[in-house]
Order: sequence, then C-alpha cells, then structure tokens
Amino acid sequence: MCSKNHGEMCNLAELTPDSLKNTIVHKEKLSPVLTLFEIRAPLIANSAKAGQFVIVWTGEHGERLPLTVSDWDAANGTITLIFQEVGRGTIELGRFEVGDEIPSLAGPLGQPTEIKDFGTAVAIGGGVGTAIARPVAKALKDAGNELITIVGAREKSLIILEDELRSFSDELIVTTDDGSYGRKGLVTEPLKELLDSRKIDFVVAIGPLPMMRAVADTTKPYGVKTIVSLDAIMIDGTGMCGGCRVTVGGKTKFTCVDGPDFDAHEVDWNELRARKAFYFEEESKDRQATLAGGDE
Amino acid sequence: MARGGPRNKMPQQDAAKRVKNFDEVALGYTEEQAIDEAERCLNCKHKPCVAGCPVNIDIPAFIELIKSNDFTGAAAEIKKTNSLPAICGRVCPQEEQCEKLCILAKKGESVGIGRLERFAADYEAAHSTAEAAVEPENPGLGQYNVAVVGCGPAGLTVAGDLAKKGYSVTIFEALHKTGGVLRYGIPEFRLPRNILDREVKYVESLGVKIITDIIVGRTFRVEDLLRNGFEAVFVGSGAGAPKLMGIEGENLSGIYSGNEWLTRINLMRAHREEYATPIKIPQKACVIGAGNTAMDCARTAMRIGSKEVTIVYRRSRSEMPARAEEIENAEEEGVKLMLLTNPKRFIGDEKGAVKAIECLRMELGEPDDSGRRRPVAVKDSEFIIQADTVIVALGQNPNPLIRSTTEGLETQSWGGIIINEETGMTSIAGVFAGGDAVTGEATVISAMGAGKIAAEGIDQYIREKHDITTE
Ligand SMILES: Cc1cc2nc3c(=O)[nH]c(=O)nc-3n(C[C@H](O)[C@H](O)[C@H](O)COP(=O)(O)OP(=O)(O)OC[C@H]3O[C@@H](n4cnc5c(N)ncnc54)[C@H](O)[C@@H]3O)c2cc1C
Ligand code: SF4
Ligand code: FES
Repeated sequence: MCSKNHGEMCNLAELTPDSLKNTIVHKEKLSPVLTLFEIRAPLIANSAKAGQFVIVWTGEHGERLPLTVSDWDAANGTITLIFQEVGRGTIELGRFEVGDEIPSLAGPLGQPTEIKDFGTAVAIGGGVGTAIARPVAKALKDAGNELITIVGAREKSLIILEDELRSFSDELIVTTDDGSYGRKGLVTEPLKELLDSRKIDFVVAIGPLPMMRAVADTTKPYGVKTIVSLDAIMIDGTGMCGGCRVTVGGKTKFTCVDGPDFDAHEVDWNELRARKAFYFEEESKDRQATLAGGDE
Repeated sequence: MARGGPRNKMPQQDAAKRVKNFDEVALGYTEEQAIDEAERCLNCKHKPCVAGCPVNIDIPAFIELIKSNDFTGAAAEIKKTNSLPAICGRVCPQEEQCEKLCILAKKGESVGIGRLERFAADYEAAHSTAEAAVEPENPGLGQYNVAVVGCGPAGLTVAGDLAKKGYSVTIFEALHKTGGVLRYGIPEFRLPRNILDREVKYVESLGVKIITDIIVGRTFRVEDLLRNGFEAVFVGSGAGAPKLMGIEGENLSGIYSGNEWLTRINLMRAHREEYATPIKIPQKACVIGAGNTAMDCARTAMRIGSKEVTIVYRRSRSEMPARAEEIENAEEEGVKLMLLTNPKRFIGDEKGAVKAIECLRMELGEPDDSGRRRPVAVKDSEFIIQADTVIVALGQNPNPLIRSTTEGLETQSWGGIIINEETGMTSIAGVFAGGDAVTGEATVISAMGAGKIAAEGIDQYIREKHDITTE
C-alpha cells in the first residue's frame, strides 16, 4: 500500500480492501441530534466537489443512506459528514465511535454544484442542511461572488458552523423559529428583504423540504436563479433503481445522477413530498424500535 | 424411460409451500434421474446442440460422462468453456439455445441439457474435497495489472480467466456486494445465494482482489486506472438503468421500477423485519411487462405476502418474452395474467400514492421489427384496475456513467459500448468491454462468453505491448 493517503493519486493497482478501511478519526456531537464524523476515505476526499454526496451502509441489516459531503481534506485523505439522527439508519450510524470502521462508504456521487461568479449570491442553510451548504457557500465565495449566508434552525442549539460560515461570508444572517438566537422567524424573511433591497443574482438553498420550497416561492417573483439540493429516497445512488426520481420542469430526473441540485422553480414539490413520506409508518416504527435499544 | 421417452421432469418445491419461502423452486435431478435423462441423448455426430451454446460446451461429451457415472468428469468437461456452470444450469434460457437445436426437439422434447449441466455442477460442488489451489499458468505475468469494472458475470469471468493465466486482477464494484444482477436482480428462489457466493469465492481463490464501493467514473475514472498502475481495463458495468413508461402519474409513490423492487428485496432484504430498508406489502400489485424481470418481480411480490399480483402485458401470451417455464411457475404460484392490456395513466390518491391504473385494451396488428405482432389500442376501450403497488419491469438501458466520464469511448446511439467483436477492445487502446454494457440487457451466458473473449483479447494486448513470447 502506498503512503497513508491517496491525495496524489497513487498506484491504484496496489489498493486492497484493507487499505481502504473507512475508519472514523474524529467524532463530535454538534448538538443533541447532530453528529459530525471525520472519516478516512482518501479516494473520495481526492475527487469530492461541492454538492456531491456519498452512500453509507451501516452493515448487514442497515440501509444505504445518502449523506452529502460537508467537507473533505485531500491531503489528509479524510471527508467530513454531518448528519441528523432522525431515522433508524442515522441513529445507528450515530452509535459508531472513533476507531470504528464504516462497513461501506461509496462516492462521491451526483453532479457537483455549478459554481461560478454570479455576482451577488445568497447561500441558505436550514438545520442540518447548513452542513451541506457550507462547501457550496465557500466555493461561491472562492469563485468571486459577494456572499450572503443565511442560516436557519428551529432553535439555538441546532445552529451549526456559525463561526466558520462567518469567517468567509461577506454577511451572515442567523434566524431561529422560536427566536432563541438571531432573528426570530424563517429564513425567507431576511431573504425577501434582500431581494427587495438589492440586486441578487443567485440563490442556493439546502435544508428541509418545506424550507427549500418556501425559498423557491420567495425568489420566483423576482426571477432570480435558485438552486436546491434534493434529498430524495435513494438505494444505490448510481442510477440503477430509479427510486430517487423527481419531476423537474415536467421531466423525470434521477436525483442521484442528474442532481441532487435542481432548479427550485421547476421542481414538482408535491410529488417529492409524497414520495419522501411514503414509508413514514415503517420508518417511525423502526425508529421507535431502534431508540428502544434493540441495536439490530 | 431413456431413449425415445419423454424428458425427466424437474423435481420442484410444491407451489403452495414455495410461495411462502425464498428457497429454490427447482430441486435438481437425482443421480438416477440424471443418468436416465443422459441416456436419452443420441450422441449425435454433428452435435447440433453445441451450435446453440454461446460458449460452445461440448454437450454430448459431458452427457456421455454422466451416462458412464463420471459426474465429476462431466463437470470438468463443462468447465473447459463455462466457468459458472451451476449458475448457467439454473438461469440460461436453454430452450432458446442448445435445447432448441437438439435433434430430439424436432420430434418431441429435447434432452434436458440445462438440467444435466446443473446436476453435474452441483454434484461436483457437493463432492469435491477442498478446492485444490489453482497454479497460474504463467506466474511471470503477475507483474501486469488488469482492472475490471463491475462484479457481474462478465467481470467475474474476465477476472477468473486472466488470473488463471497469471495476471494480477482487481475488480472494482459500485455496490457493497458482489454478483451484479445475479445478486440484486435474480431472486434466490431461482439462484440460491450460496451458489453465487461459491463462484465469487472461487474467483477470489485464484488471487483476484475484489474492492466494493468504488464507482468508476466518480471515485476515479477509467483513464486514472490506465495512468496509475493498470495495463488494461475491462468495463463490465452491465445495463442497469431502468426503462420507464413515460406516462402520466408514473412518479406517484408506490410505483417502482423492476430494479428498485428487486433491489429492495434481494439486496437489501426489505421484507425481513431485522433489515432497515422499508417496503410496503402490497394488497394488489400490478407488474407491467412480461419478461424474466417481470416474472421475478411478480413471484417476489407473492412471496413477501401480497394479496394479489397481476402481470399486465400489452401483447398476448405467445409473445411474452419470459421463459415458458417461469411463466408456468408464476401462474402456479397464483400470479394472474392480464393480457392485451396497456396502461394509459396512473391514478393517485390524496397522498400522492398510486391507487389505480387506467388501461387500454389492445389487439394485435401487423408484425413489427421484432417479428412479433404489434399491439394496437382498441378505441375507447379505457378501463380502470385497482393497484396499490405498480412495478414497471420493461427492461434496462445502459447506465450512462462510464460513457459520460470516459473521453473517447465510442458508443451506439442507444448507449451500448462499441467493441471489436474479436478482441473485446473498445475505441480506446487498453480499454475492453463486454456483457450487458455492450449488448444491452442480454443473458448471463452471453456476458460470460464476452468475458472469455475479452480475457483473450487483453492477454494478447498485454503480450504485444510488452513483447512477451512465453506460452
Ligand atoms: C431481474 C432479472 C432477471 C434476469 N434473469 C435472467 C435469466 O434468468 N437468465 C439469464 O441468462 N439472464 C437473466 N437476466 C439478464 C442477466 O442477468 C444479465 O444479462 C447479466 O447479469 C449481465 O451481466 P454483466 O456482467 O454484463 O452485468 P451485471 O450483472 O449488470 O453487472 C454489472 C455490475 O457492474 C457494476 N457497475 C455498474 N457501473 C459501475 C461503475 N461505474 N463502477 C463500478 N461498478 C459498476 C454494477 O453494480 C453490477 O454489479 C436477468 C436480468 C434481470 C434484471
Ligand atoms: S442434439 Fe440433443 S440428442 Fe443430439 S447430442 Fe445434442 S443433446 Fe444429445
Ligand atoms: S438511487 Fe437508485 S437511481 Fe437514484
């Protein structure tokens, strides 16, 4: 095996399953329900771009979970994932500790976010979506945009990455639904004020479906190009199953290969919501069982 | 029975019982049945059956060995050209291949060639003592590395053949498990997983490294492989992108592609409580299409406890592309057929889930390109059928990922990779391809045959490149 990472792509013929163990090197609880993992994944770290995701499989009984790459370090050969422990899969994943190996991690998948100098860009992160918005926001800034970042969450403890986002944003606005931190209200309020007060050239929103949809509704009358990153239900993540299909602009698209980024004004939101909620009963039953302690 | 008699029936699990489990349906011949069936073979001098076999197994030769009680010898004879006989004996459409050309088929029933192939392979597996380590023919070739993209039958065959020659081979597979369609598509009641696992282990025992979770084109590209350590690359990435109908309502929830349905159950085991991937047990499932995938979807739906499963097909019974045997099996298990019927649109409930299909009655018109009579809609014949689950099983298109990330790779307009038929080489020197990625959805045996050709092509390419003359 070559040196511990593959930052400079090494001899691929020397790869072995053992040399590619996805070991967790750092774990942090960002909030009671938000967990950060830094994982050794040199090949993915080497190719990842803003907006792409990985598929994580937690073991024989696990499901394949798509998680967006929040950060990557090609020199160190690691990637960072931030996830919310909401369902059986993510709760189980949250039980992994530093030194544990993730049974399967594949990526980077999906199309990278289109990044260029639009002029003035607004990057919006809602809840755990902020983790995904981070690399996109950073890339927008690096490409020369004037960058305004809006971060929203239900309450103060769910606001993440604030300092880091502030460090590279020209302006950072924080909102909480309950007013426990920053402005009280939804992200769409400051967004609307911005749209009314100055020329905005590009908006990207990543977060819960209702929030992305609200952003789409807010920017639409202004005709501002708006991109959202969709989290459809996935299995393979490679275009094989079609389970992740969404209707965009009247056409069927596969989120995992054509997306996950799409034009927010073209997405059929009702359909997406229905598809995402389809297994609600099964999922909540599983979630209860997992929380009750049955590991498997 | 023997000469002149009818062919020996395949012993099967009883339909009422098997529809409640995922165990193999066909149980295999006993030794007596196998010998009796072998006795039916006329050992024809001009061997018409062999011409129907995509890998040219010397069929009468292995059948003669069964006649003389040398079952292990029979397996060895088959293995000369077929590296996966236990799999092919189970899933090959023999009635379209060797058995179709069997001289006995002209007057009555052909020799049960596939059943005998399966018998010999299973016998050998059950009776062989620990697999003797296979020595590579030419250990000197071990310094040359070959990368294989995809761990389906095409990839496994190329890898096995090249490893036997002495090359160092690494298979890169996108999913977390091996086998390709053999694992995520074909259900275990047709192909038990221990048989697949055994074949994969055998390939690994030859020294082949299998690395899962690598999506070539994304994790790295084909050109990275050529630039960083590999002499040649074989692309065996399969077809693997589901065809959809493109009609109204197709994205309602509760509508699956055949691939999604089978992957949830076969790969992710969603029907079992202890597995996390969810699935809803249908009250009334409709499967659109009538190929092998459709049969597999319908029979799987029965097994996970659906109340009612109906195949909806726009032509008539004689045009159904699935193997006759599989259609029979499905019907025995309670799957209903609704023929000359074509969905027009899917109707959803207030939650956006499918609840019904509006269909049109069809009749058969003039023959089309495929030689089958073209189905034509009967005017004003719309009617509604209820369904809480719809599985669209219309076949596959090639997955565009490799094509779109490999510069200079020439493909057909429909996406199949173009190769030199004799060597398997693509438009890029050192890059070879075979299997469904080249032909579109075909068969396990043709993928395997393509793998064999490419293995020879790769061997020749590397030898020429490095001026290697040793045998
Ligand atoms: C439900 C179903 C039932 C069938 N029944 C039969 C039958 O009874 N008899 C028969 O003969 N044939 C049958 N077939 C067809 C047969 O399975 C295929 O023709 C055969 O598997 C093709 O083999 P392959 O190796 O070319 O591709 P596949 O088996 O499709 O394998 C391709 C592999 O490559 C992987 N891959 C794809 N892209 C990448 C990438 N970019 N990087 C890394 N890996 C990648 C895939 O994950 C997959 O594992 C059936 C097919 C289906 C879907
Ligand atoms: S054609 Fe039929 S009878 Fe003749 S050798 Fe082949 S299997 Fe035997
Ligand atoms: S997740 Fe299967 S096609 Fe997108």
